[in-house]
Amino acid sequence: MRFASRRRGPRGFPAVLLLGAGLGAASFAACDRTGGVPGRDGDRWIVPRTADGHPDLQGEWTNGTMTPLQRPEGEVLVLTAEEVAVREGRRREYIDDRSAPSDPDREAPPVGGDGSTGAAGGVGGYNYFWIDAGDRVAVFNGEPRSSLITRPADGRVPDLTPEGRRRRLQAYGRLAGEFDNPENRPIGERCILSFGSNAGPPMLPNYFYNNNYTIVQTSDHIMILTEMVHDVRIIRLGEPKPTAGDVRPWFGESWGHWAGDTLVVRTENLNPDQLAAYVYLFGPGSEKMTVTERFTRADEHTIHYGFTVEDPDTFIENWGGEVPFTRLDGQLYEYACHEGNYALSNVLSGARAQERAATPSSP
Amino acid sequence: MANFPRRRALRRAERNPRRGSGVVSALLALGLGTFSACAPDDGIPRTASGHPDFNGIWAALGNAYWDVEPHMARPALAMREGPVVPVPANEVVALGAVGSVPSGQGVVVGGSIPYLPDALERRDENRERWLERDPEIRCYLPGVPRANYMHLPFQIFQSESKFFIAYEYAGAVRDIYLENPGPPQVDSWMGQSVGRWDEDTFVVTVNGFNGQTWFDRAGNHHSYRLVVTERWTMLGPDHLMYEATMEDPETFSEPWTIRLPLYRNVDPDARLGQFKCVPFVEELMYGHLRKNPIR
Repeated sequence: MRFASRRRGPRGFPAVLLLGAGLGAASFAACDRTGGVPGRDGDRWIVPRTADGHPDLQGEWTNGTMTPLQRPEGEVLVLTAEEVAVREGRRREYIDDRSAPSDPDREAPPVGGDGSTGAAGGVGGYNYFWIDAGDRVAVFNGEPRSSLITRPADGRVPDLTPEGRRRRLQAYGRLAGEFDNPENRPIGERCILSFGSNAGPPMLPNYFYNNNYTIVQTSDHIMILTEMVHDVRIIRLGEPKPTAGDVRPWFGESWGHWAGDTLVVRTENLNPDQLAAYVYLFGPGSEKMTVTERFTRADEHTIHYGFTVEDPDTFIENWGGEVPFTRLDGQLYEYACHEGNYALSNVLSGARAQERAATPSSP
Repeated sequence: MANFPRRRALRRAERNPRRGSGVVSALLALGLGTFSACAPDDGIPRTASGHPDFNGIWAALGNAYWDVEPHMARPALAMREGPVVPVPANEVVALGAVGSVPSGQGVVVGGSIPYLPDALERRDENRERWLERDPEIRCYLPGVPRANYMHLPFQIFQSESKFFIAYEYAGAVRDIYLENPGPPQVDSWMGQSVGRWDEDTFVVTVNGFNGQTWFDRAGNHHSYRLVVTERWTMLGPDHLMYEATMEDPETFSEPWTIRLPLYRNVDPDARLGQFKCVPFVEELMYGHLRKNPIR
């Protein structure tokens, strides 16, 4: 009895029972509706919509691609079909090569590493079986792209302001003693955030693996789960009501609204450690950084994602880009990073072992 | 079981038809506008398709997260022998009353968990070695049902095609599949959840656990064979009854059930906080590996 809600008296149910038969036909028939619009009209795809009429962004998506964030100098934004074929062909060859079964009789890697670079390099780490870095050129609006950045026109992160350069030096200063303490390690390695800027904002591919997302949409919220490190962004819809005080959560504070059929999300109050980590991706953000994102259903398999970064304390001009999110045929796994993070303790204990080895033993 | 308030309401109406007819008259007088298009006028918010709408931020009251079984208040979870009576262990003594365990009437239906003898022994050992063993201390994912009655709230995102729970603690998540994808492909901390509607109750089957999560801070545990059947039933706009039945033949002699109400945060500006606790436990877990340890 003590569990029953005070607002629920005996009134509701008998009323329903007694009235249901006589009056309910028309009103209860409405219960069968899902309220939404499916994404098909015969063979033709139309924008699926939720019960409140907005485009339905829900489901599983990936933004994995081989198109880099920044454009190699001298290239133009849109690639030709031949250029795409060459790039994807080379990528396939590389993947096939790196996917070959490891020789169980191979020698240990040489001291200091084998010279290969990247997350799978150096000491014979992952082969490509474990990696899904993206093997296709990003196609946006039908255009195969050479970079994800589209503004400024050269497809590159703008120069830093003097203040931005100072902050970059400061951030790189943390590299001194990079094996001394857990706090000196990258936040992805510490299992605090997804790799790269997967969860963002801006939400970018990590060029490594698991560039996967789940979107759930209600009338007043958009929830985006990033598979990596189960990062959750909760985007409230409506007139922004900033939190009092200097509260700076991971992924910042995001508010969204619908501009026609496009979801527009503006984020500010980004976390200072996240802003500092951006130095490894595109530049050390200042606490004034805002990111504006635009989500638009483009076709059955694609969301067009656009972003703009504004941070006049860091960059000499605003910049932004476009990333296709492609429908993922499958569910996300649990990425319980911290629970099995042997790497972090091994990195630190390895450094301690090296220090001990370098110290002459006392007599 | 979970929809018992509704059944009680129906029984009351059967016993007192006069009250029911009065209600009918009143509603007829108010006209059809009294009814929502899809649902009985029971104050329970509903989705477009007529299911109860669980969207919102929810939390438990009470002290089940300390110990799901009935228990008295005690000085600390970690204790050691004292000259007269046991006293808080050295590691927690500085916390004083903040580290003390409040009493709780328990949420286990029937009072106690039907452990097999070996499992009970392990529970008691877990309790003795709580500081080493409770996954919460290391900010590990909490598992189910523990996530639902911790000291931190959670937010449900429910649409016609999705039912998703984001927990404040450790940023844990559950995507409750509305279509069964088949047996879990890998074991996990939060398990695999598959939901279905039993009239107005959302019934979720959770399995595929890795066996490393607990039920509370009191050492209550299970194996990887745990299957949890949850029943989520709204009692009104701001309350729901949460019930979970545990089956695990490796740990328990029979299925057992917990039941507790959950409460909506009715603040119109309520938002889910962020408790990404991984960096908070780095000193605990890796402090001894610093170049210059500080303790």
